[in-house]
Amino acid sequence: MRAPMKPASLEVAGLSLSFGGLKAINDVSFSVEPGSITALIGPNGAGKTSMFNCISGFYKPQRGAIRFDGEDVSRTHPPERARMGFARTFQNIALFRGMTVLDNIKLGRHAHMKTNIFQALAYFGTAAREEMELRAEVERDIIDFLEINHIRHMPVASLSYGLQKRVELARALAMRPRILLLDEPVAGMNREETEDMARFILDVKEEWGTTILMVEHDMGMVMDISDHVVVLNFGQVIASGLPHEVQENPQVVEAYLGSGDPAALMKRLAEEAA
Amino acid sequence: MRIATANETYLADEALLSTRTQWAWMGILALVLIAAPFVLNNYWLYLACLVAINVASATGLNILTGYTGLVSLGQGAFMAVGAYTVAWLEANVGTPFFVNLVAGGALAALVGVFVGIPSLRVKGLYLAIATIGASIILQFFFVNWSSVTGGSRGINVAPATFFGTQLTTYFQLYWLFVPIAALMVLGAANLFRTRVGRAFIAIRDRDISAEVLGIPLLRYKLLSFAISSFYAGVAGGMWAYFFRSVSPESFTIVESIFYLAAVIVGGMGSILGGVIGAAFMTLVPEILRFGVEIASPYVSNAATLLSPIRTVAFGGLIIAFLVLEPQGLAEIVQRIRRFFHLWPFKK
Amino acid sequence: MSDLLFFIEVSLAGLGSGALLSLTALAFVLIYKATRVINLAVGETLMMGGYFFFALAAGMSLPVWVAIPLAIAGGGLIGAIVERGIIRRMLGESPISVFMVTVGLGSVLVGLVEFIWGTDPRSLPDFMGSAPIFLGEVYVSRKIAISFVVAAVVIAIFLILFRYWRGGVALRATATDQAAAYSCGINVPGVFSLAWIIGCGTAAGAGMLLGQIGGIAPTMGAFGLSALVVVIVGGLDSVAGALIAGLFIGLVEAWTGTYLGGEYKLVFTFGILILMLMIRPYGLFGTTEIERL
Repeated sequence: MRAPMKPASLEVAGLSLSFGGLKAINDVSFSVEPGSITALIGPNGAGKTSMFNCISGFYKPQRGAIRFDGEDVSRTHPPERARMGFARTFQNIALFRGMTVLDNIKLGRHAHMKTNIFQALAYFGTAAREEMELRAEVERDIIDFLEINHIRHMPVASLSYGLQKRVELARALAMRPRILLLDEPVAGMNREETEDMARFILDVKEEWGTTILMVEHDMGMVMDISDHVVVLNFGQVIASGLPHEVQENPQVVEAYLGSGDPAALMKRLAEEAA
Repeated sequence: MRIATANETYLADEALLSTRTQWAWMGILALVLIAAPFVLNNYWLYLACLVAINVASATGLNILTGYTGLVSLGQGAFMAVGAYTVAWLEANVGTPFFVNLVAGGALAALVGVFVGIPSLRVKGLYLAIATIGASIILQFFFVNWSSVTGGSRGINVAPATFFGTQLTTYFQLYWLFVPIAALMVLGAANLFRTRVGRAFIAIRDRDISAEVLGIPLLRYKLLSFAISSFYAGVAGGMWAYFFRSVSPESFTIVESIFYLAAVIVGGMGSILGGVIGAAFMTLVPEILRFGVEIASPYVSNAATLLSPIRTVAFGGLIIAFLVLEPQGLAEIVQRIRRFFHLWPFKK
Repeated sequence: MSDLLFFIEVSLAGLGSGALLSLTALAFVLIYKATRVINLAVGETLMMGGYFFFALAAGMSLPVWVAIPLAIAGGGLIGAIVERGIIRRMLGESPISVFMVTVGLGSVLVGLVEFIWGTDPRSLPDFMGSAPIFLGEVYVSRKIAISFVVAAVVIAIFLILFRYWRGGVALRATATDQAAAYSCGINVPGVFSLAWIIGCGTAAGAGMLLGQIGGIAPTMGAFGLSALVVVIVGGLDSVAGALIAGLFIGLVEAWTGTYLGGEYKLVFTFGILILMLMIRPYGLFGTTEIERL
């Protein structure tokens, strides 16, 4: 296994984001411990994806700080954050359809490569060397690891949904992540695919030691693999803590069920966790 | 029938030509290109030179439009920049042709970056329209900056000289243009084996997620404009040495549409496509001329009808390929390849 | 004083050709609103209108009041054929591909005109008269004045139709949300065809007016480029934008053409185009599109 990148800590402090008059995120603070899996959950429209977009730099929050290993990065552009070690996957798969699986994965390394335009035109020499090193590393550490050897030369458009999600994870891993942001990694997957993905995420945590922050609706999986859970509703943090603590929090239950029967939700959560 | 390709190293797996068949075809092509000037008559050599120039320019546009997804109707204007640079340097400085060509490319690249700046704000159709605007403004300078461009009359260009020999015949120019075009095509193919090319494709497919994945959008969009217009500038320089005179009439918006059409007909985002598209679109008018010559005894004013027929065929080809074969000629070639891979087991 | 008079005359002429630009821009807007296609062949359709009229009124010696509606119908027919035969088959393709199809179409139309009528410019049978009109002391070319009035009336009719006619409402609904319009029972393909027919018919009408003023030639499609600047400045999906930007660009062209020289016209208008794209890419009145991850 490759020498792991040092996992980073992430701290979101007093973050606010609004679109016109709509407050998508309102004074949210939470932190992610190095090397842990933290899940960001909440009902639809709670501001989870907006939060992800702020963390990866796609949205500029109006107030608050995003600290990466203690350093405020909220003013930096997305490509700079990628170079620092932010890597993410997308809710609606954002693979590049015109490329093969292998090229998609290699693309993830872009920010860490050095080939310039002249070396690229000539290819032989620097560019070829760098490409071959990358290829070897990707093959050894990522393609074997995620068990996607058989599809490496296929165009991504021809893959099943579950495999596409896995390729997205592979691409994020190629980014040399110090924090991995997974936006609904198992949404729309069947049970088998979900279990595979959960296993890969746990493996990434254990073998690579990477810090992971994920948004997910599948409560069973969240309860199974997270170390820490943060619950958002209407753009605010309503609870955070260990999975079972959050599960029993009445505010969380209400957020999910409105004023419905808490016992029913508890039962469903327990079933899904089993 | 091909069963599988087993490559032992990653370098072999990522080579441009990975199978023996491909090497054989490339060998045949090289032999044909070397033998051609000794076999062809002057007229065909003229066409071969023209094809080489157009291949260089279309390949450049393919990098920008086919691979980066930035549609440009300014390729003709960038060629003009290269052509005027070469003409000016020949007339006023007298530097060697090789230096002139590179300078033409470099200046065109600079202008290209400038024209590409609107891509900071706009893309797609809006960018295409911005490039139309930029070419019209450039055209204005070609016509009115008479002290440099010779105004609407244009300027004559001295022939390229190679170790004291003036390159004036098509036979000589062939040996200049074909190797240059081949090198440029090779460079373009190499580009897409590296991070630069991958970044271009990523911008084409989904630019905003490309940014989150670590690709600085503006820098790479401008880089794509720069390379593409460098190619155009060098092609325009060759054009100047070929026709030996440059005027504002030489490069109108019609030329820009021609190169875009070549890329579309050949296949956007395929190096092979840009090459065969350029060759095809250069040769179609000649084929039509041939047809008109056959018809001339029977039609009274056949000669005057040639130009309109070409214009219709040109537009008709663009429409036909976009509607019926959007992947272009390259896709047809691929289909033929696949057929032979499975032959004789599948018909 | 005579300087001021001259300035007013130039400006009025500018407003006159501006009205024609607005009318042509309206063709762009109609087609874009309904089908999200920038039809670069609008200029060539305009040219076809001029040549249709030429063929009918000069070639077949039909009376003007028969030739005009027939020429407009001819433009509409081009729209119908193109929409049904080509554009509909490209539904779901990238906007760029469809745009390029219209570029190809423009080339085909120019080639056809050169094939049939040759490349020489021609003048249209006059139906407007040429006695100048005086507004007080100010001289206005009669043809430009009539064109201005006709363009203004047509645009006014369009504005009324958009607001009150069922088809106009259907078009606005389709422009806002195709799927929703479809599920409300609006015949979206019908709206597509209608927009192309009316748009191309409008362009053909503008071509006749333009031909009255300056004659017709295979190169007159270039007028479409100026109209393209108009729609970008006004906003691709805004009728009001086409109207206002048309008059504005008309004025700019008249002023630069008169005071700086004809060669400055295009530079100025396209300079404005690029500036506009940099500052407000969706034009003065266009709808801003929002990008999402």
